[in-house]
Parts: sequence; C-alpha cells; structure tokens
Amino acid sequence: MATYAPQPGSAPWPRKVFAHSRMEFKLLVRNGEQLLLALVIPLGLLLLLGGTGLGDRLPLGDGPAIDQAVPRVLALAVLSSSFTSLAIATGFERRYGVIKRLGASPLSRTGLLAGKIGAVLVVQLIQLAVLIGTGFALGWKPTGGFNAVFGVILTVLCGTAAFASLGLLMAGVLRAEATLAAANLLYLLLLVGGAIMTPVDEYPAGMQGVVRLLPSAALANGLANSTVEGVIPWAAALSLALWAGVLGYLVSRTFRWD
Amino acid sequence: MEIDNLVVRYGEKAAVDGLSLTVSAGSVTAVLGPNGAGKTTTVESCEGFRRPDSGRVRVLGLDPIANHEELMPRIGVMLQEGGAWSGVRAVEMLRYVASLHAHPLDIPALVERLDLGSCGRTPYRRLSGGQKQRLSFALAILGRPEITFLDEPTTGLDPHGRREIWQLIRDLRDDGVTVVLTTHAMDEAEQLSDQVYVVSAGKVIASGTPDSLTEHHTKSLEDVYLELTAPKREN
Repeated sequence: MATYAPQPGSAPWPRKVFAHSRMEFKLLVRNGEQLLLALVIPLGLLLLLGGTGLGDRLPLGDGPAIDQAVPRVLALAVLSSSFTSLAIATGFERRYGVIKRLGASPLSRTGLLAGKIGAVLVVQLIQLAVLIGTGFALGWKPTGGFNAVFGVILTVLCGTAAFASLGLLMAGVLRAEATLAAANLLYLLLLVGGAIMTPVDEYPAGMQGVVRLLPSAALANGLANSTVEGVIPWAAALSLALWAGVLGYLVSRTFRWD
Repeated sequence: MEIDNLVVRYGEKAAVDGLSLTVSAGSVTAVLGPNGAGKTTTVESCEGFRRPDSGRVRVLGLDPIANHEELMPRIGVMLQEGGAWSGVRAVEMLRYVASLHAHPLDIPALVERLDLGSCGRTPYRRLSGGQKQRLSFALAILGRPEITFLDEPTTGLDPHGRREIWQLIRDLRDDGVTVVLTTHAMDEAEQLSDQVYVVSAGKVIASGTPDSLTEHHTKSLEDVYLELTAPKREN
C-alpha cells in the first residue's frame, strides 16, 4: 500500500540540472520551428553561400567565399540557439506557468539557469558539428590550428553568455507574443544589419562605428578572425563579456519568477 | 504554518489586507471565499511568489522569500492553472519533477491512483481540463512534501473525479501531510477540512471547524458563507 508520509528532500544539484537540460533539449527537438531556426536556416545559408557560387558575389570579405561563410554562419547559429530560441522558449514558459511551477520546486533559480545553459550548449555542439562538417565538405580551409580552435570556443562561450542574457532579458520583461516577435525581428535585423554575414568594413562609413560595437559584430568577427587569420580574438571576447556583464545584470534586476 | 497580519498590494489595490491564519501540522485547512477575495495571493505568499507589503508569513518555521531554497523541497504546490510545457507528455512531466526530488512517490502507482494511465503519452496541450487538473495534483504531492498547497484542486473535475481527489486528500492527511486548499466550493470545505477560513476582500471574516461554522450542521456552510459575504460585496 502506497504511503504519502512526508519524506521531502531535494535531488543533488547536478542531477536536477541534468534533468532540466534534458527536458529542454527534448522539447526543442520536438518543436519544428526551433529546429528550423537552429539547423535548417544556417545549413541552407551555408550551402547557398559555399556551394553555389553566390558567396563569391556577396560582400562576405576577402578570400574564398567558403572560408568566410563558415564562421559567419556559425555566428548566426549561435545567435539562433543562445538568443532567439532561448528567448521564445522562456517567454512561453512564463506564459504557461512553467517558470512559476519550477520556482516552487527544488530546482532553484541557479539550477534553472544552469539547466537552460546546458541545453543551449548541447544544441550548439550539434550545430557546430553539422555546420563544420558541411563546411569541410564544401572545401573550407581554416587556418590557425590551436589558436583557431581556442578562439572559436572562447567566442562561442562569450557570445552565448551575451546573447542568452539578452534573450532572458526580453523574456523577462515582455509578454510571450511580444518576445516571439521581437526575438525573430532582432535575429533578422542582426543578420543583415549587425555584421553577422557582412564584415563591418563593408558598411557605410557613418554606420561602422556603431555596428562595430554590436555583440553580433563581435561574435561574427571573433569567429572569422579565429579561423581566417588564426588569431585568438581577445577584443571580440572582451566586447562580448562586457555585453554579457551589462545584460546579465539587467536580467538579474528584471527577471520575474511568476 | 502561520500568517500574521499579511498585506499584499498590487499597485494601489490591496489583494490581501491584514489577513491572519494558522495551520496546524497534519490538518486540512480550507481557505474559502469568492473569486477575487485574495485566496490565491495568500497561498502565493506562502510559496514565496509574493513579497508581503507588511505582515509576516512562516511556513514550516521558514520565511518563504528569505529561506526560499530551503523551503521549496519541503512543500508541494498545485497551481490554479498551467505549470507544464505545452509539448511535454504527462508521464514525462511526472518523471522530470520526480528527478528534482530525493524520495519521490512511485510514479506508476500515482498514475494509477489519479487515472492518468490512458493519457500518459499525450502532450499537455491536448489533455482535457480534468486530466490537466489531476496531473497538476500529482505534481503537488510527487515530492512527498510535508505541506501541500492546492489552489482550487477540483475546479473543472466531474463528480467522480472530485470524489477521487477528496479521498486522496483524506489519505494525505492520514499519512501526516498538512494540506492547505483554496476553494469556492462549500461542500468541499465542509467535507474535507478540519479548519475553515472564510476570506473576503483580503481579510478573514470567519473561521472555525466546519462543525462550529455551521452551528452543528443546523445550517449549510453555503448559507453561512452567503450571509457572511453578501453585505461585503455590496460595498
């Protein structure tokens, strides 16, 4: 006979975080729109730019189109998983009362945050594997060896911190529908106007000063500098870390748990 | 659990306006009142979602805001609505929440008891109102809490489902779980609770055992409630 006699207690922190990451990852894989954003769009863009010759006629930067296309499409992929997907998912979690339920569970706030970041990083690993694999298949020749690998990891992590903060900030202050609209809009605006696909130097002189400061420019330039020039992009990482610091602070002040 | 002179305002309006109540361990306590009386806000203050503008809340001797992380594993919460991802399957949700706890209840037994077997693989958004309600109840007791807060636990259930939930609440109490439930169903408060607090406009306007409130069942709790709440609502 079952007993309901109280025996409360929290699971160990790593188990809770793992359970949460797993849950978010499963839900994302089940969601067609999220998959489109995370994989189909970046992959399609990479094939278009690197496989059709279109990249040679667009202002991607100097050198073979595929060498520029891979890091820039990686930047777009990071933007979609760490910012757009996260913002939309979190916005609807609040709408559906999930944030509230978890706020009254043993998961804890740090556990929720860590679980979300864990899920984003797993998605990014898959994105990187698919896009880098496709890049090599299309003749991508990165330079830099260790510097390139370290530079990519550093830039992806700093970029994720900055853009995840931006996503959580949006999801924390806007309604779910407004978050959905704004996150998609910003994704498109940054893709075209935020130096993701086109280097800062290609923008009109008057805009360059502003565009250069955007986190999207730092993310794309950091990845391009790592793999095209083989340098560790400390300036881009610092810019992203500063964005992460400021946005993270705003999240901690504004995020509502109900 | 103790609430002492609690005030919670939303802007200018006080949703809870000087409310005090005490819940003794191992009892079933009903917070009864019309919609908008401040029942949910009161319960949410106990769960740490609302910061009191004044007054004091202690649950298991802990402050729900200052000692939030210490308190959460020890309580169970049934929200009035929602609380699950739209795409999550019912049993998947149970497994997930169980994995957050150290000694969760046996999931198959709980699924059987709450008649969730037929919809275990159904995404949350396609569950019926009653199934959502029963899943939400399951989530509130899954972690084997010392005290569980049930916000309108039987709203939207058919009579059969209601009786099942009532019996389960009695079983919880018999096993030593403290139950705090909000309801606007008189019969529910009358049938289940050891102690009833009638709340209106953010204040307790009457309290006692169902027996004393109904003057040894010479009137129904509904009459008592209507008498108590009608003049207040004309203001």
